Amino acid sequence: MKSYVYGIAFACAASVVHAGETAPTAVQFDEYGAVPVSLTGVAGDPANGRKVFANRKQGNCLACHQNAELAEQSFHGQVGPALDGVASRWEEGDLRGIVANSKMMFEGTIMPAFYVDAGYTRPLEKFDGKTILSAQQVEDLVAYLLTLTD
Amino acid sequence: MTLKALMLGCAAAAMATVAFADEDAVLSIEGETMVTQAAAPAHMENVDTVYSGWTFRTPETQALQLDDFDNPAFVFVDQALELYETADGTAGKSCMDCHANVADFAGLKTSLPRVEDGELVTMTNLVNECRTERMGAEPWKYSGGQMSAMTALLAHQSRGMPMDVTIDGDAAPFWEKGKELYYTRVGQLDMSCSNCHEDNYGVMIRADHLSQGQINGFPTYRLKNAKINTTHGRFKGCMKNIRATPFKEGSPEFKALELYVASRSTGLSVESPSVRN
Ligand code: HEC
Ligand code: HEC
Repeated sequence: MKSYVYGIAFACAASVVHAGETAPTAVQFDEYGAVPVSLTGVAGDPANGRKVFANRKQGNCLACHQNAELAEQSFHGQVGPALDGVASRWEEGDLRGIVANSKMMFEGTIMPAFYVDAGYTRPLEKFDGKTILSAQQVEDLVAYLLTLTD
Repeated sequence: MTLKALMLGCAAAAMATVAFADEDAVLSIEGETMVTQAAAPAHMENVDTVYSGWTFRTPETQALQLDDFDNPAFVFVDQALELYETADGTAGKSCMDCHANVADFAGLKTSLPRVEDGELVTMTNLVNECRTERMGAEPWKYSGGQMSAMTALLAHQSRGMPMDVTIDGDAAPFWEKGKELYYTRVGQLDMSCSNCHEDNYGVMIRADHLSQGQINGFPTYRLKNAKINTTHGRFKGCMKNIRATPFKEGSPEFKALELYVASRSTGLSVESPSVRN
């Protein structure tokens, strides 16, 4: 009962988790760091995922990853591997896990966790208790990444 | 598993290639050649060579530092020279009344921050100490316009001399604290200074070419905001970019971090005032 009450309180505090969505702390990673189950139950929109990928205030994935499919964007980072053909290397659940919290798969990685809202040190106040992306944005990104095949 | 190993291999290969605009570019300012790469000091376990931030800039930005006439920072250095000669405060004194020749400050920047009476002091602290203790004047704001110009003028007197801060003795606890801060992941993006400036220097992070985050060129003029930028101002900017609450400019944390980062710049020539984008 007690933990149930806390669970509710937490979801309210984060105020980003909508009904039917998995809260950031409730995401189930398998032993490899994959998340096989959708965070929202709503199919991802690859067109929006493409925007989230490039937007500097959202995914800003281009900061670190090259992606030939977004050739019209002028600056592609080189901190992580190029994501061309990424869907031929990883399955949907792997990609969801990597976006939600890549540290579960790549220990100590520089890649931020996009669906974690707690445990940060000195976060700026306006981001405190928040995730970088919403659950649906994660699903949209995964849908977009799945279009990047060899 | 194999897939992961393959992928990590790719990432590692990408990191090993340090790309410069021109690896052999020489920074010669007004006929004096600067040391822009040096063997890393023994305390740096993960880096062999230290590089000045100048090395990573575009040829256009690099060129602005070759000639003091082209270097926009000198407008501010000249303003500081005027301040240097102007009396201020209840004692009716200027800096020049006590330090007749500004060139006598040669070497100071190479050794700062340093410990005095058990406290870590920066160039900014020394300037404000003169203002409040000896001139009877108000302290200047830590990274305000007057202070950044004045520290640029004073640091400039050491141009061409190698960075060489003391990290042992009474400095050791401050240095250890700075080192810990350098390697601590902070902010919503959960990154440490080392994630970008040690693990990834030489690669592009979106439109930025990552350097080692050295401070031998500070204070530096930035084209982005067209003013002199201080070390603590830069640390603050990097922390905000990773969505972390920055420490305050002049705080014990940033002073300790400054000592640690200065120790990573050991052997690089002071380039103050440098030019960055
Ligand atoms: C600050 C850097 C950084 C950012 C930002 C970043 N990543 Fe990554 N990413 C990495 C690194 C580095 C790796 C390689 C894993 C490792 O070794 O740490 C990686 C690995 C991956 C992989 C596995 C790649 C492969 O080819 O096997 C995927 C997929 C991925 N990232 C997607 C994304 C997406 C989508 C975003 C944005 C929502 C993103 N990344 C943002 C640094 C980043
Ligand atoms: C997300 C990546 C990232 C992190 C983390 C980061 N920085 Fe930076 N830093 C940059 C970028 C990009 C620049 C501008 C290009 C360059 O000089 O590397 C920069 C520039 C600098 C510079 C100016 C170097 C010069 O020559 O002008 C200093 C000093 C610096 N950083 C120190 C730090 C310190 C100290 C920390 C930790 C508190 C830190 N940075 C964390 C990305 C980062």
